[in-house]
Amino acid sequence: MGWSPLIEIRWHGRGGQGVWSGSAVLAYSAIKAGKYAQSFPQFGPERIGGPVTAFNRIDDKPIVDRGPIYEPDIVIVIDPSLLKQRYVPQLLSGLKKGGYFLANSEKSPSELREELKLPEEVHVWTVDATTIALEEIGRASPNTTMLGVLLAATNLLPVEYLEQGILWRWPGTVGERNINALKRAMREARSDPAKEVVSV
Amino acid sequence: MTVQKSVSQTMMALNGDEAVAWAVKQSNVDVVAAYPITPQTIIVERISEFVHNGEVDLEFIKVESEHSALSASWGAALAGARAFTATAANGLALMWEILYITASTRTPVVMAVVNRALSAPINIHNDHSDSMGARDSGWIQLYSEDAQEAYDNTIMAFRIAEEAMLPVMVTLDGFTISHTLQNVSVLPDEVVSSFVGVRKIPRVKLPSIHGDKEVPLMLNPKYPVTFGPLDLFDYYFEHKVQQNEAMKASVPIIERVHREFAEISGRSYEPVHMIPYRTEDADVVLLGLSSTMSVVRKVVDELREEGKKVGAVRLRVFRPFPADMIRRELSGFSTVGVLDRSLSFGAEGGPVFVEVRSALYSSSSKPAVYNYVYGLGGRDLPPKLIKKAFNELLEARGEPGRPVVKYLGVRE
Repeated sequence: MGWSPLIEIRWHGRGGQGVWSGSAVLAYSAIKAGKYAQSFPQFGPERIGGPVTAFNRIDDKPIVDRGPIYEPDIVIVIDPSLLKQRYVPQLLSGLKKGGYFLANSEKSPSELREELKLPEEVHVWTVDATTIALEEIGRASPNTTMLGVLLAATNLLPVEYLEQGILWRWPGTVGERNINALKRAMREARSDPAKEVVSV
Repeated sequence: MTVQKSVSQTMMALNGDEAVAWAVKQSNVDVVAAYPITPQTIIVERISEFVHNGEVDLEFIKVESEHSALSASWGAALAGARAFTATAANGLALMWEILYITASTRTPVVMAVVNRALSAPINIHNDHSDSMGARDSGWIQLYSEDAQEAYDNTIMAFRIAEEAMLPVMVTLDGFTISHTLQNVSVLPDEVVSSFVGVRKIPRVKLPSIHGDKEVPLMLNPKYPVTFGPLDLFDYYFEHKVQQNEAMKASVPIIERVHREFAEISGRSYEPVHMIPYRTEDADVVLLGLSSTMSVVRKVVDELREEGKKVGAVRLRVFRPFPADMIRRELSGFSTVGVLDRSLSFGAEGGPVFVEVRSALYSSSSKPAVYNYVYGLGGRDLPPKLIKKAFNELLEARGEPGRPVVKYLGVRE
C-alpha cells in the first residue's frame, strides 16, 4: 500500500477502555519492529467514562512532529456509543481522503457508512470488538481487538511484533487472551473499501 | 544532534518521565526524595518500583511536600550522597526557599522539572512558567527536546552538578515529552555507572584547633561544620559574587561533560549551549527551547523548499545564559524571532526574549529582535502558526513601529 512515510493514527474511546494502552502497545510494537514511533494521550486527566483520545505516529525515520494529530491517516473508534451522528464531526475531523475509519460495531461497514453518512473516499472497517473482547479476554476492553482490525486493514506491522507489545503491557495469561482477541479480530474484520481509492 | 560511533545500546520504548527514571536508576544515585505531582508522577512511580523490586540500591524518602522533598535532597547531598528529586509547577513553587539555599551552599542536587503551567487557574499542561520563574535561583538549567535528551541530560547532570558544585535542573515539557512514548536509546548500566562514577567530595583543611587535618567538605559528626550560617553586610555580598563566578565557571564543565558523553553514547549536542539549524545564509532565525523546536525545524525545511531563507536556533542551556555565544551566532542576522513559553508579567516580553535582546544590544551589528509568547497552559503551537511567525518576520525587517512583543495562537 502506498503509505506516505509518516503514518498518523487517532484513537477515540472512553476513559477506562484502554485507548492510551492500545496506542502504547502499537508504538512499542513498531519500535521493536525497527521503526520510530510515538504514543500519547490527549493530554489531560482521564476520566472513567468520558470521551478520550490518543495518538500514534509511526515512521521509518526519527519523528519531528509533536502535539495532537490534526489530519490522521487512520481513525480507530473503540467505543460503539461514540458511533452517533453528533460525534461524527469529531471522529472524521481531518481524516485524509483514502484514509481508514476502523470502528467497533456490530454493524457491517456499509451499514455504518450509510447510517453515519461517512464520506465515500474513506475505507470503512468494522468488527464486533466488544463481544470478542468479552468472550476472549473476559472484559470489555476492546483496544487490542481493534489492533487486530488495524492489522487486517493495513498490514502495518507483522503480527508477532503486536504479540510482543501485548505481552509487554500484559504479561502472562491476560496477554495471551488479548493476543487471541487480536487474532480473532483479524479474521472477523469486514471492510467496505473507499469508492475511489486514493493512496495515503 | 549528530550520531557518532558508540557502545551498543538498547532501543527502548519509553516516555519522557520513564526515560528520566531510567537514567536515575543507572546513575549510582544514593537518595531520592520526591513528592508526586502531575505530570512528573511517572518519574516517582518508576523509581519507587525500581526500589521495591530491588533493581536499584538507593534510599527513597517519602515526604509530605515538595518543600521537604528538596530539603531532604539537600541534606542528603550535604552529607555526601548523590541526591535526586523531581517536581513540576506548584511543587517547584513550594520549593522556592530551598532552591536558593541548595544553590547558595553549592550543593550538587539534580532535579527533573517536568514543565507545567503555574496556578491560578489550575492547569496541568505544559508551559515554562515554573522553571523560568526559578531562573535566578542559582541552578544550572538544561532544557530537553525529547525523551532521549531528557535521559541524556539527566545522566550528564550528575557529572555537571558535582564538578561545578552547583545544583542542576533538567527540564522536560509536561505531557508533550513526559507522557509521550518514543524510541529511547539506553546505554548499558555499566557504561553509565562508570561515566557518572562515585560522587567525589572536595576536601578542605580544618582550622588549626582541629589539627590542620584535611577532611571531605560534608556533614560529618566527627568534624562538625555548618552550611549557610549567618552572613551579614560584612561578607554576604562577596559570597554572592563568588556564587555568580561559580555559575560562569560551569560553562567549560558543561561543555566537557557533553563531549565525554558524546564519546560513550554517540549523541553529540554540539555546540552544547545552543544548536543552530540551517542558519548559514538565513535572513531570519527563530530561537526557542524544548520540544517546540523540532516542529520549528520541520517548518524551516518547508519554507526553505519555498526559497525562503529561514533558520532555527534551539537554546539548551538557559542558565548559565550563553550571552557570548548569542552575540557570536545571532548578530549577523537581520531579524531574530524569540519564542517564549512563559510570561514575565509587566516586563517587555518573555524571559528568553529579554535576555537574548539584552545580549545582542552590546554587539556591533544588532538584528531586529521580536518576541512571540505562545503555548501558555499547554496551548498547541501547530506548524501553520510557526509558518505565520516566520512569514511575519521575513516582512518585518526594518519595519518601524512594529510591535516588538506578540502572542501566537491566542484569541484576540
